Amino acid sequence: MVFVTSFKNWFKRNLVVIAGLLTLAYLLLPNVVVTVFSFNKPNGRFNYEWQQFSTDAWKDPCGVAGLCGSLSLSLQIALWATLGATALGTAIAFALVRYRFRARGAINSLIFLPMAMPEVVMAASLLTLFLNMGAQLGFWTILIAHIMFCLSFVVTAVKARVMSMDPRLEQAAQDLYAGPFQTFLRVTLPIAAPGIAAGALLAFALSFDDFIITNFNAGSTVTFPMFVWGSAQRGTPVQINVIGTAMFVIAVLFVLASMVIGNRRNRRKA
Amino acid sequence: MSTLTEAPPPLTPAAPEQTPPRKRGRWTPYWLLLPGILWLVVFFAAPMVYQASTSVQTGSLEEGYKVTWHFVTYWDAVSEYWPQFLRSVAYAASATVLCLLLGYPLAYLIAFRAGRWRNLIMILVIAPFFTSFLIRTLAWKTILADGGPVVGALNTLHVLDVTSWLGWTSGDRVLATPLAVVCGLTYNFLPFMILPLYTSLERIDGRLHEAAGDLYAKPSTVFRKVTFPLSMPGVVSGTLLTFIPATGDYVNASLLGSADTGMIGNVIQSQFLRVLDYPTAAALSFVLMAAILAMVTFYIRKSGTEDLV
Repeated sequence: MVFVTSFKNWFKRNLVVIAGLLTLAYLLLPNVVVTVFSFNKPNGRFNYEWQQFSTDAWKDPCGVAGLCGSLSLSLQIALWATLGATALGTAIAFALVRYRFRARGAINSLIFLPMAMPEVVMAASLLTLFLNMGAQLGFWTILIAHIMFCLSFVVTAVKARVMSMDPRLEQAAQDLYAGPFQTFLRVTLPIAAPGIAAGALLAFALSFDDFIITNFNAGSTVTFPMFVWGSAQRGTPVQINVIGTAMFVIAVLFVLASMVIGNRRNRRKA
Repeated sequence: MSTLTEAPPPLTPAAPEQTPPRKRGRWTPYWLLLPGILWLVVFFAAPMVYQASTSVQTGSLEEGYKVTWHFVTYWDAVSEYWPQFLRSVAYAASATVLCLLLGYPLAYLIAFRAGRWRNLIMILVIAPFFTSFLIRTLAWKTILADGGPVVGALNTLHVLDVTSWLGWTSGDRVLATPLAVVCGLTYNFLPFMILPLYTSLERIDGRLHEAAGDLYAKPSTVFRKVTFPLSMPGVVSGTLLTFIPATGDYVNASLLGSADTGMIGNVIQSQFLRVLDYPTAAALSFVLMAAILAMVTFYIRKSGTEDLV
């Protein structure tokens, strides 16, 4: 009896932990499936049923026509979109925090709206613009679209960081005879850097994984998400799972490494 | 929105009085804003106007389109596709509620109970993002496969009988039913619920919980009267971040659903990219945008947190 009550109490106290861990399992389950099925040897064209263990796909990740080409195209677009959105977004964030100017409200809503708009609406309206202009759909239209929807996220990330900056640091630099340009380069920019980096990472992830807006504005150009979408109709090669697993592992290792380095640096400081 | 005059409070108490901002170039802010804002005006705002104009055009692909203020397109589009509109709202709303129910315990766990595991769990929440969401959505096809372990378990527990009776599943299938679509939507947008919830839970001062306990509040009362009200900003922004993209989504309905689970995004996509009926597609997209803006405005008013932006 005592045992049952104490278990009941333990359960009650840890209910939220159990529920939370179950949610975490729900979030991670598809990744487990993706990883396991990257070692599958499917019978037909679709890789949805477990047949037998095989490392064929891992030995030949580019073995499917068009897969690695689409991957490298996605990486290129994500890189350029990140550069563009980070440059434009950082400038806007500095202007918003540091200066007073007209039409601030309008500009704020222009930056907020793309984040509050369903992607399909932005995608469709941008396509009507391109069609009206007679633009050739492809690399450039994808890039333009990606910079557009990444911009607002960069602004938000950088703005948060610049807003929490102590303005006296810059004043101190100027008191020590640093010119405006030198102050910006050696004081302002290093302090804002984590915000800019966060914005850039977010932009890269959003651009690399974007499907809906790309689907509308890509024409016949195939990015990696477009390739996966197409293969869901025609037949899913195991190599897709290999790429998915590899990206997951690389990203987690990257994050863990940066955390370890950060911890060590903190300890040295302390 | 914060300007320089309401800059964050000085970091040390001994700070000197705020010095007035030094004179800077009068035009500097405009030069900083110009390229980015121009980009948004040309590629975000202008397309909205183009779309509005396309929706009232008539014509054909071969002969070109002309603005004829043909508002009947709206009437036709809505009267033909209202089931998809309703379905989108219903699926997105169910997914949002599920995200809140599933996400809250995890956000709470990370904020208050995780201890030294906090960073690791945080990474695990974000990490799935690094695998393309299409690949992860396809994985649900395997998980919910006919005759698979999940469907088998649900069958044994007679859950499928109940859901079939409710119309969420059909027979002993989960794939290609509303339940599969809602499950996919919930899965895809769950992190967008967890992160804002965590941010607002983490800000809560732990001593408030102790104080409530000292005043003889039961744990459930502490949650109802202290924790949950203080986490409202996270609840509001989390539900918005889930509901808005879920309403416009067509990926989950395409990959996990069937022809009977089509959402409004599916219609817009096929009208634009396959049927090439641009006026109807533009009208549908415009109605979707208006509907979402109206719902969101109403929701923000109701929940009384207008300083979200």
